[in-house]
Amino acid sequence: MLVRTPASAPPRLLVLALMLPLLSACGFNIIPTAEEQAKAAWSEVLNQYQRRAELIPNLVETVKGYAAHEKEVLEGVVEARAKATQVTVSPDALTNPEAFKAFQESQAGLTSALSRLLAVVENYPDLKANQNFLALQAQLEGTENRIAVARRDYIEAVRVYNTTLRTFPSILWAKFWFTDNEPFQNFTVTEEQMQPPQVDFN
Amino acid sequence: MKTTLASQRHSAWPAALLAILAAFAIASAALGAELPALTGRVVDQAGIIDAATQAALTARLEAFEQKSSDQVVVATIDSLGGEAIEPYSNRLFRAWGLGQAGEDNGILLLVAHGDRKMRIEVGYGLEGTLTDLHSRLIIEDTMVPAFRAGDFSGGISRAVDDIILVLEGNAAELEARRRRNPEIVSRLPDPATMLFIAIWVTIFLGGFAMAILPPLFGRKIGPRRYRWLGMEFAYNQSRSSSSGRGWTSGSGGWSGSSGGGFSGGGGSSGGGGSSGSW
Repeated sequence: MLVRTPASAPPRLLVLALMLPLLSACGFNIIPTAEEQAKAAWSEVLNQYQRRAELIPNLVETVKGYAAHEKEVLEGVVEARAKATQVTVSPDALTNPEAFKAFQESQAGLTSALSRLLAVVENYPDLKANQNFLALQAQLEGTENRIAVARRDYIEAVRVYNTTLRTFPSILWAKFWFTDNEPFQNFTVTEEQMQPPQVDFN
Repeated sequence: MKTTLASQRHSAWPAALLAILAAFAIASAALGAELPALTGRVVDQAGIIDAATQAALTARLEAFEQKSSDQVVVATIDSLGGEAIEPYSNRLFRAWGLGQAGEDNGILLLVAHGDRKMRIEVGYGLEGTLTDLHSRLIIEDTMVPAFRAGDFSGGISRAVDDIILVLEGNAAELEARRRRNPEIVSRLPDPATMLFIAIWVTIFLGGFAMAILPPLFGRKIGPRRYRWLGMEFAYNQSRSSSSGRGWTSGSGGWSGSSGGGFSGGGGSSGGGGSSGSW
């Protein structure tokens, strides 16, 4: 879109001059606003995953007290947690598909390790009656639900942001001004992998 | 080359727009079961709460909101329509906007009668007070036994007592929130404020109001002559009688809009709380 020939310059300038009021009316702010909202939604996702990771050491300790010989499952959770806490995606790296995929996979790994642990726990009535465990379990369930809500909010925020980058009229801003803005990655892992651990109340 | 590219892009735009519109349509259709309307503090769509309990609950919840600004709402529905109760209650909570905006101090007690499930959904602002564990204890210890015995009114009523008990337990926070939201003491503006607003509206709308209000509020004292607020207004022949009729019919909406009632304060929830089944 460089202006190379002087002959074509006046019409283009004219077009630009005519479009300028239109552009300002359509909103210079649309793209940055949507971007910041998506980033904020992502921070909430990270925040909730972090919250889950923080619950785990306590949970593992409590379970150990009653089911120490379930070593394999317990170690699986500890390992998955270590992996999941290593992989984080900062809001500035949301355009990077590999980083995003790695994050999703590490968290999905922790989710499945946790659901295995909670399945094993079903065999220990004493543990299930433990007050500390009850509290941890309630918090874990709450956190899984908060993660689900945060993910939904992020998916919606990214949908809005990515749409502003690709649709008229905000695409004009994306093309002429916010040329570095790229669409953010969104969650793609199938529902089965991301199912929160099922906990039976009975 | 440039022109073909440009023309391709141009032809792609309508298609993209159509695709997005279609996506919106699908997304809104896929939102799941329709949400009930927020008709009051107790929305008993499933019809499992008796009238006396309903009235008592409404009074108690209203008094509690006056005191603390926390909005606690009880909702019962017949069916979740195949959706899990957690996303449904979060959707309902956000649609109703429970809790004050910025404080997010709302709580939704949802019972899905047909699915035999219940949930206490806690707004962001109350997550630290009514923790997930509290919610779970209320569900398991108070609601489940009563519901299993078929006593829905009693179970819900005692659960609300418990919720209020927990929220009141944190007295300092309760008072601080009350100080931050003093205006919610009465939801309807008091008469002085209403009069103030009315006067300003009259001044700003000036002649417009002079033309409309006397025929509406004044006493008719002759053909196209009205007495209102101690003044006489005479409308001369410039307007036809048919246009006068038109104005009159418009008044219903205006006076009706100030009707009282309960509405959410614009709060939100991030999925705090707990669910259970019986």
